[in-house]
Amino acid sequence: MSAPPPLLEVRDLGVTFPARRGRPPVRAVDGVSFDIAPGQTLGLVGESGSGKTTTGRAILQLQPVSAGTVRLLGRDLTSLPAAELRAMRRHMQFVLQNPYSSLHPRMTVAQILAEPLRIHATVPRAAVDERVAELMTLVGLDPAMTRRYPHEFSGGQRQRIVIARALAVNPDFVVCDEPVSALDVRTQAQIVDLLQSLQAKLRLSLLFIAHDLAVVRAVAHRVAVMYGGRIVELGDAAQVYDTPAHPYTRNLLDAVPVPDPARQRARLAEATVDPDFRGREADTGACVFGIDHAATGTAPWHEIAPGHFVSCRFWPRGVTPARG
Amino acid sequence: MSPLLEVRDLTAQFARDGVPATVVKGISFDIAPGESVGFVGESGCGKSVTARAIMRLAPEGSSVAWGGRIGFRGQDLLTLSEREMRDIRGRRIAMVFQDPMASLNPVMSVGAQIDDILRRHTGLSRKAARQRTIELLGLVGIRDPAIRADDFPHQFSGGMRQRVLIAIAVSCQPDLLIADEPTTALDVTVQAQILRLLNRLRRELGMALMLITHDFGVIAGMVERVNVMHGGEIVEAGPIDQLFAAPTHPYTRALLAAVPRLDGARPGG
Amino acid sequence: MVAIGAAMLALLLLVVVAGPSIAPFNAAKTSANSLAGPDATHWLGTDSIGRDLLSRLIVGGRGTLTITFVAVALALAAGLVLGLVSGYVGGKVDLVIMRLLDVVFAFPVFLLAIAVVAALGPTIRNLIITIAIVYTPTLARVVRGPVLSVKRWDHVEAARSVGVGEFRIAVVHVLPLVISPILVQTSLTLANTIFTVTALSFLGLGPPPPDPNWGSMLAEARQFMELAPLTVIGPAVAIVFASLTFIVLANGLREVLDVGNR
Repeated sequence: MSAPPPLLEVRDLGVTFPARRGRPPVRAVDGVSFDIAPGQTLGLVGESGSGKTTTGRAILQLQPVSAGTVRLLGRDLTSLPAAELRAMRRHMQFVLQNPYSSLHPRMTVAQILAEPLRIHATVPRAAVDERVAELMTLVGLDPAMTRRYPHEFSGGQRQRIVIARALAVNPDFVVCDEPVSALDVRTQAQIVDLLQSLQAKLRLSLLFIAHDLAVVRAVAHRVAVMYGGRIVELGDAAQVYDTPAHPYTRNLLDAVPVPDPARQRARLAEATVDPDFRGREADTGACVFGIDHAATGTAPWHEIAPGHFVSCRFWPRGVTPARG
Repeated sequence: MSPLLEVRDLTAQFARDGVPATVVKGISFDIAPGESVGFVGESGCGKSVTARAIMRLAPEGSSVAWGGRIGFRGQDLLTLSEREMRDIRGRRIAMVFQDPMASLNPVMSVGAQIDDILRRHTGLSRKAARQRTIELLGLVGIRDPAIRADDFPHQFSGGMRQRVLIAIAVSCQPDLLIADEPTTALDVTVQAQILRLLNRLRRELGMALMLITHDFGVIAGMVERVNVMHGGEIVEAGPIDQLFAAPTHPYTRALLAAVPRLDGARPGG
Repeated sequence: MVAIGAAMLALLLLVVVAGPSIAPFNAAKTSANSLAGPDATHWLGTDSIGRDLLSRLIVGGRGTLTITFVAVALALAAGLVLGLVSGYVGGKVDLVIMRLLDVVFAFPVFLLAIAVVAALGPTIRNLIITIAIVYTPTLARVVRGPVLSVKRWDHVEAARSVGVGEFRIAVVHVLPLVISPILVQTSLTLANTIFTVTALSFLGLGPPPPDPNWGSMLAEARQFMELAPLTVIGPAVAIVFASLTFIVLANGLREVLDVGNR
């Protein structure tokens, strides 16, 4: 096939939190696999505790990985020595949720933006100021404001600074963890627009982690839905949103409030029973798709349409895949 | 029908670092008995301060000067003494906040907390209060309420805690329930459950609802009328369907245009 | 509050820096005029061998305060390093450092000081080292506590994800945000140290004569207390004034820096 090789390749990623105070170890992320192509956005959605944030941190090696591999530009990050990993950080960056806490409160914007430039020495020392000004312009801020401190900016402006810092060293890949959820709706829209235009301009690959399904719909080319530390559905945004295959995805999409009074009233009026997704944990026997993965040695993963995958895990009892 | 709540020229002035700042600038609105009215706006628009004004609660760590009139059942709430106000709070007007954990006493079982309020406001006996508590917990959809009543707040999930808070709020059958971002801290599936619960309780108990939120999706399915707030003023007010279909104020239009849609279209953007 | 503290501190620093040059007399020069009361020449009178009391207070203050400042500076340096490493690295390193500091902390100050001085001899250097060791755990803990919380703040993770090295993160992204409580605690430690230094000198564990210091002055003057009360009151007031300076300063800093809030 003519698809370009993926920029990021995540295979069977697992993160286990060690046992604490008599509680057993927790598999926060379990068997997560996906690719992100150059210039593409993968939206990672899920509710609190689904493991989406841990997945993002594990990919960036900010979180010890207990299983699997993460290949960026062909190199496996999980086995790199510390010094080489730090050098690789030039290619991967992080935008955190809270623009109020993710900037050093006692550093000026100029210092904040110059730090990655100096560390990775991507521009000559003499050109740092120029690059800082260029970054400010890139994210739509006035370069004259670089001598100010973060607290002198609004939430939206701060998030622009966070994005500028992430882009300082021309990364190929950026993890955005809930980048707009702390912002007001109009600011959200502006930041989303900014991310999209930057992506087009710089051919960035993004992992966009969010709990807000509508925001993800607006930015993502492909979407992965996480539940209980696993991906339960993965496909093109249109596939996942318009023809959701996993009952959990359907449940999630049905719960999203829509800004349309008549439709939203109708959604709330529907009597619902909350399905129990904890069933079907067994690793043996036939899955909902009729395949015994333990016997065949395959992953619990089914391609129901080209590029549209669904997990046979976490199906409530009595629910079966729609046919045809 | 004469309104249950009649707010006229409400102002709220804070002193911040000695400089007075007016955060609510003379707003007026009515809520009829049993009616559901929404307040939407971005952070800092004054919607939460308006809600707190009706409860006469000053936001944490600050002092507020209220102005105007808040008519409620023939009284002006702004002129009542603190003691008279205590009889209104929780009994006639109840409130549910965004963070359910911060609103519950962590060292008291949830049952005991509801018992307490019932006995204070209704003079029920200990035994009768406990029975009513169990009824209430059942009403808000908590399974095995007789057993769960003895559990402490940390033993409940976020959604369940919000149910407990709603049980407390409706315990004295208030005429008006004020919900300030009641689902903002919750997951989307839990949010849907809580919204359904609020709708059902409003119908069953015949109470009016004042819903404060930043989320146009949440407001859409919950209220009959909506007030859009910006900079301490109501910039647009009207029936919900009309306001969504044909917003007239440019600010409302900008807000609605910025709301992301599940179908991927952003009408204005 | 800070202004008052700063003014008091300026007076103390003047004594330390200028010392003998602002004293009206040579502090070591004896005269026949012993245990005299205050008069126009000797403002505070003289001691048992006729030395000018005011001059001895000034020169003695220089001795006491120098020991105090140097000892606390050493304790602060050690406390910063140990507290930062302990809090930032965490895990086993934290456990080992904290247990070691607990051992030091568990020793009564005087017992430790007497042991060290008895073993190594009463010199200024030994006194400084002893006091520095004694106060290191207090300062290390004050550093470690806020480091434990600041290292989890988002901007630290952001720095790490940008590729900033751990050493630079600890020094540039964590340390500046924990300075406020350290300043306050350092000031309080200075107040305590004044008492410790004078008490040890009083017990004869301080710098040997003839260098005067407030502790040994008190000890010498004790037997003539009834005859010349100023010889005791003088150093006593000086000691209280010096330690009050740092307490006032600590409280002022606490207000200004808003320690306790983020």
